[in-house]
Amino acid sequence: MAKNDLLGGSLWDNYSNKVADRMDHPKYLGEISEKEAESMNARLVIADWGAESCGDAVRMYWAVDKDSEIIVKATFKSFGCGTAIASSDMMVELCLGKTVDEALQITNIDVEASLRDEPGIPAVPPQKMHCSVMAYDVIKQAAAIYKGVEKGILDDDEMVCECARVTLKTIQEVIRINDLTTVEEITDYTKAGAFCKSCIKPGGHEQKKYYLVDILKETRAQMDMEKEQKKEIPFTTRTPFQKMRLIENHFDGEIRPLLHKDGGDVEILDIAERDDLTYVSISYKGACMGCGSALTGTLSFIEQGLRENVDESIRVSVS
Amino acid sequence: MERIYLDSNATTVVDPLVKQAMDPFYCQMYGNPNSLHRFGTETHPAMSIALDRMYKAIDADDEDDIIINGCATEGNNTVLKSVFMDTLAKGEPCHIITSQIEHPSVLKTCQYLEKEHGIEVTYLPVNKDGLVTLDSLKAHLVPGKTSLVSIMWANNETGLINPIKELAEYTKQNGVLFHTDAVQAVGKIPVSLKEVPADYLTFSAHKFHGPIGVGGMYIRHGNTITPLLHGGEQMGHKRAGTVNVPFVVGMGLAIELASQHLDYIDSDVRRLRNKLEDAILALPDTIVIGDRKYRTPNTILASFKGIEGEAFLWDLNQNGIAASTGSACSSEELEADATFQAMDMDNNLSHTGVRFSLSRFTTEEEIDVSIEVINKTVQRLRAISSTY
Repeated sequence: MAKNDLLGGSLWDNYSNKVADRMDHPKYLGEISEKEAESMNARLVIADWGAESCGDAVRMYWAVDKDSEIIVKATFKSFGCGTAIASSDMMVELCLGKTVDEALQITNIDVEASLRDEPGIPAVPPQKMHCSVMAYDVIKQAAAIYKGVEKGILDDDEMVCECARVTLKTIQEVIRINDLTTVEEITDYTKAGAFCKSCIKPGGHEQKKYYLVDILKETRAQMDMEKEQKKEIPFTTRTPFQKMRLIENHFDGEIRPLLHKDGGDVEILDIAERDDLTYVSISYKGACMGCGSALTGTLSFIEQGLRENVDESIRVSVS
Repeated sequence: MERIYLDSNATTVVDPLVKQAMDPFYCQMYGNPNSLHRFGTETHPAMSIALDRMYKAIDADDEDDIIINGCATEGNNTVLKSVFMDTLAKGEPCHIITSQIEHPSVLKTCQYLEKEHGIEVTYLPVNKDGLVTLDSLKAHLVPGKTSLVSIMWANNETGLINPIKELAEYTKQNGVLFHTDAVQAVGKIPVSLKEVPADYLTFSAHKFHGPIGVGGMYIRHGNTITPLLHGGEQMGHKRAGTVNVPFVVGMGLAIELASQHLDYIDSDVRRLRNKLEDAILALPDTIVIGDRKYRTPNTILASFKGIEGEAFLWDLNQNGIAASTGSACSSEELEADATFQAMDMDNNLSHTGVRFSLSRFTTEEEIDVSIEVINKTVQRLRAISSTY
């Protein structure tokens, strides 16, 4: 929290003049008819994206020159708040004069940047970034229609946070690499969830296919499972070196501390495999050498500990 | 004319008479009412008159409390958390019944108590008319288990008036506490604590032409309250903090004037509201939520097909008219207002609703201009719309 956050500026205070102007006077509002496109030697493309029940919907019209594939005319109609109208208007302007493939490179970030009055000041508040996301989606939809393919083919990866353009793969990798445990950390690392917050959990402004809370839970579960699987590698299938190390770790962690208390110690002389059993040969040191239980109680304790904590196949003898 | 204000359910203009009455307590009688010297004591007569006005306006008994606080949000928080603290002290589980259409100050507090303190909350739905029904309450109230029923008297978005009298009576018959957030009722329709056996009732001055920053929390005698704020001994130890004398004086006069104007609101304001509503309904593909016979006389919640609410507000604002929308796009958190979701009429409604709320200061001329601007706005935005 900071002083400037306490009063919480109105959404409208944070609209750029360009946004306000395009809300009041959209430049590219309208429709294109088949006849009109034909008269321009162009092919008409009409693409719809969004839904009224989600609060944003846009219809974009392209007249694409049949020879050069250049978008020679573009218009839109939009259901949505003023920033959705302004974003649609700018999106259409950015498409003009480009080929279909060039238009495919336009993103929501380009639309928002083009609506700024000053390069360093966002054109809309964070909550409204999603209004420019439709630009990306409807352009892809239009391009898909033009090319006669499904829009999904043009999508590189599953986009989770469209406002910040963060993909599912990116979020999963960031969680793994940085060992993240909270949604806030994901936002700090990727900006996903920083804007309209719809992608954080169900019940937000827009319904999503993926949510950060679910991705985090699933990725963490997978990480934990992989960690667990490493533990579960059977002792008998490990290399002799690995077996040696596991046994040594148990001696150092559990057995030697107890022997040390009485001034004793133990040395591992050999580890041998015979008939599916693992034979550990030890030699006592210090006070253990004269101890009456060295060959009875203590030996039993050592063997039982190894069998319970390392592997059932272990047998211990004193040489 | 310059500007037209049709957002009175959000806040109202301070009545000039109220401002005038508050004035002496800034630079003349500015003492702390708890001080022993004359600067403090000279504020008492006006404070006493103010309290008398409040008690009279809501038909409260002299044995009851009206605790002055900062706003109804504070009052609602105090009541809900006090009931929770009481059950905690008794070692009993806490069960609160409220509705899906409460003001956020009730809903968010219930959610907080649910999430952080493990209480049980039942959120009653509304019927097709948008009202909480006695049948719905009967289905969920459990004598001996339910700790509190909290249902708003009138809704801030729709103006719909719940059947508070019968809800409160049934609740009391079953030995359960009853609270109502009456913010949108006080000053618009008669509110009587003799007629309605509520244990707690909250209101806020800025909804009836008093200042923003002061409200009242009624407590029927015999009931207890655990303070939200501890400290000084103000308000009988029930709400610490230096009393805001000019605001108390302002609220007192504002509530008296509001009571005196109830007839005007019921007749003239209702007529102006209906005139605006009829003009809206004359447009194609528009609806108004809630039958007008169930609504406060000043409120219209309209839906204009094909027009998103925030875009509508922007156009109205550019033409000098203030209104409101529960549209998800208009809020900081981009969540649709709980009221829209609870009424479940159509998913699209939560994005196309616009609320017009009048006051006794609204004029016929303002309504005529508003009708003209609304017609023009609907035309422009539907021409832009991709869904109309």
